[in-house]
Amino acid sequence: MEVFCFFSSEKKVFFFEKKKQKTFVRGVLRGHRGFVVTDIFLAALINGILIGGVYALVALGLTLIYGVLHIVNFAHGSLLMVAMFAAWLLAEKVGLSPYAALPVVAAGMFGVGWGLYRFVIGRVSRGEDRAILLATLGVAVVLDNAFLAMFGGDTRQIETDLTFAMWEVGPLLLSVPKVIAFGASLAIAGLLWAFMALTDTGRAIRAVAKEPEGARLMGIRPDRIFALAYGIGIACLGAAACLLLPSFFVSPHVGNVFVLVAFTIVVLGGMGSFPGAVVGGILIGVTESLGGLFLGESLGPIGISLVFIAVLLLRPTGLFGATR
Amino acid sequence: MKAVALVVLALVPFALPSQSMVNIAMLTAFSAFIGQCWNISGGFGGLTSFGHAVFFGTGAYAVAILQTRYGLNPWLGLPVGFVAGGLVGAAIGAASFRAGLRGSYFALVTLAFAEVFRILSNSLDFTRGGLGINIPLGMGVGNFQFADRRATYAVVLGLLVLATLCAAWLRRSRFGARLAALRENEDAAQALGVDLVRTKTLALALSGGLTALAGVVYTQTYLYIDPTIAFGSERSVEMLLVAMIGGAGTVWGPILGAVALHIVADVSRSFISTPGFAPMLYGVVLLVIIGVLPQGMAGLWERLRRA
Amino acid sequence: MSTFTRLTRRGALAGAATLAMPAIGGAQAAPIKIGLIHPVTGALAGAGGRCRMGGQLAIEDINAAGGIKSMGGAKLEALLGDAQGRPEIATQLVDQMAEAGAAGFTGCFASALGLAATQAAAKYNIPFSIDSGIADAITTRGLKNTFRFFPNNSTATADAMAALDALNKAAGSPAKTAVIVHEDSEFGTNSVKLQAAMLPKIGIEVKAMLPHATPTRDFTNIVLRIKAEKPDIVLISNYENEYVLLARTLVQQRVELVSTYSISGGGFNLKFAKEAPTVAENMIDFNHWHNPKDPRSVAFRKRVEAASGFYSWEHPFGYFAVKLLADAWERAGSADKEKAIAALNASTLSDHFMPYGPTKFTDGQNSGSHPVALQIQQGDMKVIWPTAYADAKAVFPRPKA
Repeated sequence: MEVFCFFSSEKKVFFFEKKKQKTFVRGVLRGHRGFVVTDIFLAALINGILIGGVYALVALGLTLIYGVLHIVNFAHGSLLMVAMFAAWLLAEKVGLSPYAALPVVAAGMFGVGWGLYRFVIGRVSRGEDRAILLATLGVAVVLDNAFLAMFGGDTRQIETDLTFAMWEVGPLLLSVPKVIAFGASLAIAGLLWAFMALTDTGRAIRAVAKEPEGARLMGIRPDRIFALAYGIGIACLGAAACLLLPSFFVSPHVGNVFVLVAFTIVVLGGMGSFPGAVVGGILIGVTESLGGLFLGESLGPIGISLVFIAVLLLRPTGLFGATR
Repeated sequence: MKAVALVVLALVPFALPSQSMVNIAMLTAFSAFIGQCWNISGGFGGLTSFGHAVFFGTGAYAVAILQTRYGLNPWLGLPVGFVAGGLVGAAIGAASFRAGLRGSYFALVTLAFAEVFRILSNSLDFTRGGLGINIPLGMGVGNFQFADRRATYAVVLGLLVLATLCAAWLRRSRFGARLAALRENEDAAQALGVDLVRTKTLALALSGGLTALAGVVYTQTYLYIDPTIAFGSERSVEMLLVAMIGGAGTVWGPILGAVALHIVADVSRSFISTPGFAPMLYGVVLLVIIGVLPQGMAGLWERLRRA
Repeated sequence: MSTFTRLTRRGALAGAATLAMPAIGGAQAAPIKIGLIHPVTGALAGAGGRCRMGGQLAIEDINAAGGIKSMGGAKLEALLGDAQGRPEIATQLVDQMAEAGAAGFTGCFASALGLAATQAAAKYNIPFSIDSGIADAITTRGLKNTFRFFPNNSTATADAMAALDALNKAAGSPAKTAVIVHEDSEFGTNSVKLQAAMLPKIGIEVKAMLPHATPTRDFTNIVLRIKAEKPDIVLISNYENEYVLLARTLVQQRVELVSTYSISGGGFNLKFAKEAPTVAENMIDFNHWHNPKDPRSVAFRKRVEAASGFYSWEHPFGYFAVKLLADAWERAGSADKEKAIAALNASTLSDHFMPYGPTKFTDGQNSGSHPVALQIQQGDMKVIWPTAYADAKAVFPRPKA
């Protein structure tokens, strides 16, 4: 067996790695490696906050959909992928900067989401919870594979002027696209909140989310509202895709990269809460970043899942969720 | 009548001349088995889990580690895997149900547990990290490695029968009744004196133990596992789909579901070769089935019988 | 393109029609069926599809040149299988194709699939020619039917270190320290433990090893740690998505390096060179490639680019995996399994345009096969080591930004 021939050397490597990791962590804690190490800690913290903003973007749509439809949208990752391909195509074939394309892609994704609910998910599931879950799963399978058939499985990216634009803050270099994405996610969360709180449509959505039967009596048609909410949730993904593209890559599987994180954020922040999605996103970003720093990038992601489990077990309503 | 027909159908593969047909039967029975395992907690108990791979992987790693690290006979993997899977199920169940999780919240917590196990197995020396575990080749019944697919089929079929008997027992037993009562209305069931945490935890442990057996058989058939194969979410989704498409909470549902999904997958795979097209078709058929048969295929069975 | 689709469709029908493949009448020799098993859906779809395409081109060429002459001009016929990245499906495909009369297999791009498929094919004793799939275990675990014309992991890593040493010494040894970044699954972990053992022997101190998960969404932390260690070179072993992100972050964070050096860098290809020209320029990868000095390789690349727009090393891999089998059938004068396996063991296949030494099989592994060091220069892929095959001079150390 080949795997055992290297056993001794492998042991050494793992050991070597662990030792390095330990001295490194100690260095961070005591700061005895001078400013470089504390810089790394600070940088990791800030970087975590920035990434958290991007995560929040993806989670905003999910939390809206959960808050209104009370279902876990399995198609979320796939729809993010669709939006990213749209943004990528506009950049690559039309030469439109992803930021300029944002309104177009967001509007387009609203249409996609609305249509998807109106003609596929809603029709197939007849509003039943379990069936909606299966239907979103089915939509994900179709979308992933349709894009695979169209674009192939390779990773694509764009390089724009902004790609290497860095913002120098003291000794740190912050990627400008990430800072923009962070700011935009705060703005979009604010817009969503204002929309839900201040407009008639927003109030109707909230009414349906709380009391679908009551809303029906008030003359609101829940199925229309569901389609609307789904569309808005997916439009958020359109915005997220455009903001992500300059600092990320596109492939038919890119959605899977974000989907677990988005679920975690939604639960952490409280399902249906916009401020929760933003704060949850930042917390998860920081957890992941610092987890990577202290546990190594291999074991680091475990921090996300552990936070997730702890929140579910200790405070299932999340940080900002209403008590059930 | 139904049972007789099924027994005959289940025995047909033994007479098939073609190994690949036996293999299709084996894979179908395997899907039916893991679907039935999911059904025990997910269907009868209403405990919709997105992370059943956590049990599958536990069994897979149990038998792999037992052999490669301790040199024990892989057949021991079955009891050890069952116990390990059961314990993991009990632990997850006790923690989640004590915290009052249900519905989407429970589903998500199982997903997270599977992810934790995946990352751990990817990082620990004990599981050989991301290298995965290669089981030394050594065909032989004593070594739980079968060259003949019919032998594998026999084992999987045996497990499917076992899981289906468990499902039938749940349908008739007092324990099953308590579980169903909790599924329909937790408050009412508790008012009648049903111990929620205990009942649900037992159901999850039973399901977990059985699912782990699937992991054991998988490892002994394909002789290589890594963290993604063992704990990846694809497996969880497969179990959930088989049970839900077939009809969650029915005894025969997962079997019907597995047969239907395998027919769709195999047929579309062999007729279309443009990459991505066959699975896409699979997704479309899935949507159609959900739309036409909200209660799963078992519901259709009932409808046909009544008509 | 049209030939390509037609071939695909015919192959698919053959795959489906295990039951009724009408024998073509007349004097023509019966076709030899060859199973091509690759992941063409799922996460590995891109690379798997390229391997498949390479194999199909080989079949096209062999048939156009008159088939297997020693067997009365018997034509090759492809049975195409999509393993979807799942070992159980790869196994199922082997069963189906074996019963459809496959005389040989090629595949499976990924090691996990290759391990499962070769083991299933061993049951029927049908020869299996591995295209990509670098794990040593595929050929070292004693399967008599399994042959790999291409390098295995230990050769690749040993060669990679020799190449790095040569590049470094030629430039006056500017690289004295290294940080290794690798993904933590089978592929990265396997080669990294060999690298860590070998680097000190060529005078390069390993300052840190940074494993990361797949997927990793952000490489800023890893790059900051690299920056803190101030290495001369960064060694990288990971998959496409993470490779792309890491490479970009290294530039963004303005890390001063003598060079980057990846070993089978997942994202190191011509698409990367085209889409991320700034990042890709002067990156070095130790990987598979054709022999650019052989004019046939240039023609082959043009042909693939005309058909699919994107050329990568997977194409010649798929191509010569099939050629290896065809050559064995030609010499055996028969598609009989035993005879074909004997012919494969004795294979000295030299009609190829890979940068390899003489073909010689030891326990199924061609000991003459070696990867090469590649560098992206002006957006194109150039071989920079070994000198016998190099079509460009190495830019090492890279110019300061």
